[in-house]
Amino acid sequence: MIFWPEFSLSTQEIDAVTLSLWVAVIGMFASLPLALTVAYALARGRFWGKALLNGFVHLPLILPPVVTGYFLLSLLGPQTWLGAVFAKFGVQFAFHWEGAALAASVMAFPLFVRAIKLGLDAVDPKLEEAAATLGASRFWVFVTVTLPLIVPSLIAGMILAFAKGFGEFGATITLVANIPSQTQTLPSAIYALLQIPGGERGALILIGISVLLASLALALAEVLGRSAAKRVAGR
Amino acid sequence: MSLKINLSHDLGGITSHYDLMLSEGVTGITGASGSGKTTLIKALCGLIKPNSGHISLNDRVFFDSRAGIFLPPHRRNIGTIFQEPRLFPHLSLRQNLTYSARFQKFPPRRVQDLDYIINLLGLEPLLDRRTETLSGGEKQRVSIGRALMRKPDIFLMDEPLSALDQPRRAEILPYLARLCQESKTPVLYVSHAMSEIVQLADHLLLIEEGHARAFGPLAQILSDPDLASLIGLPEMGALWEGTLTYKAPDGLCTLNTKAGPLHLPNLDAALGNRVRVRLLAQDVIIARTRPMALSALNVLETTITGLSYGHDHSVLVRLDAQGDTLLARITQRSAADLKLVIGLPCFAILKSLAVAQANRV
Repeated sequence: MIFWPEFSLSTQEIDAVTLSLWVAVIGMFASLPLALTVAYALARGRFWGKALLNGFVHLPLILPPVVTGYFLLSLLGPQTWLGAVFAKFGVQFAFHWEGAALAASVMAFPLFVRAIKLGLDAVDPKLEEAAATLGASRFWVFVTVTLPLIVPSLIAGMILAFAKGFGEFGATITLVANIPSQTQTLPSAIYALLQIPGGERGALILIGISVLLASLALALAEVLGRSAAKRVAGR
Repeated sequence: MSLKINLSHDLGGITSHYDLMLSEGVTGITGASGSGKTTLIKALCGLIKPNSGHISLNDRVFFDSRAGIFLPPHRRNIGTIFQEPRLFPHLSLRQNLTYSARFQKFPPRRVQDLDYIINLLGLEPLLDRRTETLSGGEKQRVSIGRALMRKPDIFLMDEPLSALDQPRRAEILPYLARLCQESKTPVLYVSHAMSEIVQLADHLLLIEEGHARAFGPLAQILSDPDLASLIGLPEMGALWEGTLTYKAPDGLCTLNTKAGPLHLPNLDAALGNRVRVRLLAQDVIIARTRPMALSALNVLETTITGLSYGHDHSVLVRLDAQGDTLLARITQRSAADLKLVIGLPCFAILKSLAVAQANRV
């Protein structure tokens, strides 16, 4: 349908696609360090409250996205204490694109952590023990053995987080609303188009774009994941 | 070198308690599965923290529960070789070998010469191969080299051959023997296989239910009838050393021992070398009078110094052969028929083909 002669996108629609891409990428990279830390703690750590942490991490997966968005709003909204602190540093979440990035990363977080944890669970602790007896401290064991071995799952998690963030709707629209060219993401734009009579054609184009981008992300994940898995297995 | 171990630890329902002082040379450690060998090894290299006790190597304290000292594995400089090679799959063979050097950037650097390791372990033909194409035995050789690279103060070998089939074991054992001889580093060698231990060790530590049941020179432990139930009767016997003095054209070699010359086939050593042989109790026959017209080549004049009756109708007879101890396992009926008593002179007959060479001297 992209090749339809009358194919054209309005500025607003182009902005929505760009914002969604931007938000998904930022959200993914911003949550990467925390996702890695939490996955490592869940996979290797022995501490009080581990089950609690596990449950908390999975909350966004279980709660209705609107509820997650509401919580974020009531935590980081302009009138809240935490929102004021961030505002001092020039970061505003509610009704700003930063909020969309935050919503994307929060909603994608459980998937991100699960993907990395799967990889960590598959790393043989005996290799880490061997590295320790060869003089590597915990930090260096992680950097020289654990991390290289989980690169495939890391890539899988990143793509998953990107795709989830790219399509996030419920929490995003609750936290940042649906302001064209400001906080309107691709899903919000599709939603808005479907609300007006005769908007289906524009919606279809955007739907086509999201299918295309999702497929590309999946293909990229496959290619990167395979080559990384090969490298990790010493092939 | 002196390794002081005094530790208590609970693991899987077994309370281990060790109070040991190990010194130079190769110490074999053996015991049934689940007897607590692994607890001992893991506590030594710092992979578990014992409930209480003290571990130190020379004047370096690894662990002291009272002083609150616990050195993590990477600060202990112990070369550990595990049952599995544990090669890093994402690194090349060379990177695996030199892995420990990355953490030795600052003085005092302890990095072994790579060429020395490659030569010692015969790794030259493997260097360009990918790690996953190596056989189990080749991988284990690389892992030995990797542990050696750090110039460890002591080697811990935790059943390094038990995951390999017999031909692979035979392939690696000579490398281990060379390593034990050349590196002058003390070695703790854990194994179920007495055949490996007799080739490598000078001392033997017997472990039973988390305790050191016996510890001493290998030859002494293996010929102690009181330990037969723990070591296993088929493994009991004497360990003798001698000098190879003559190789006959028919392959028979003459080994000069304290008790006199032994005639043994196919000893794998050069003339003049010291050779260690294992004389298993079940391969020794006793006669009251000097036997005539006998196919066995080795007949030794001995005196009975001990008789221990087992529960299986057999008796272990301790014999003194000019200062060397020999052990014979015969039936209780034979012992009664021959009227064997302590102090009785008799002849020990040894079948040449039954004698196994224990390489290392």
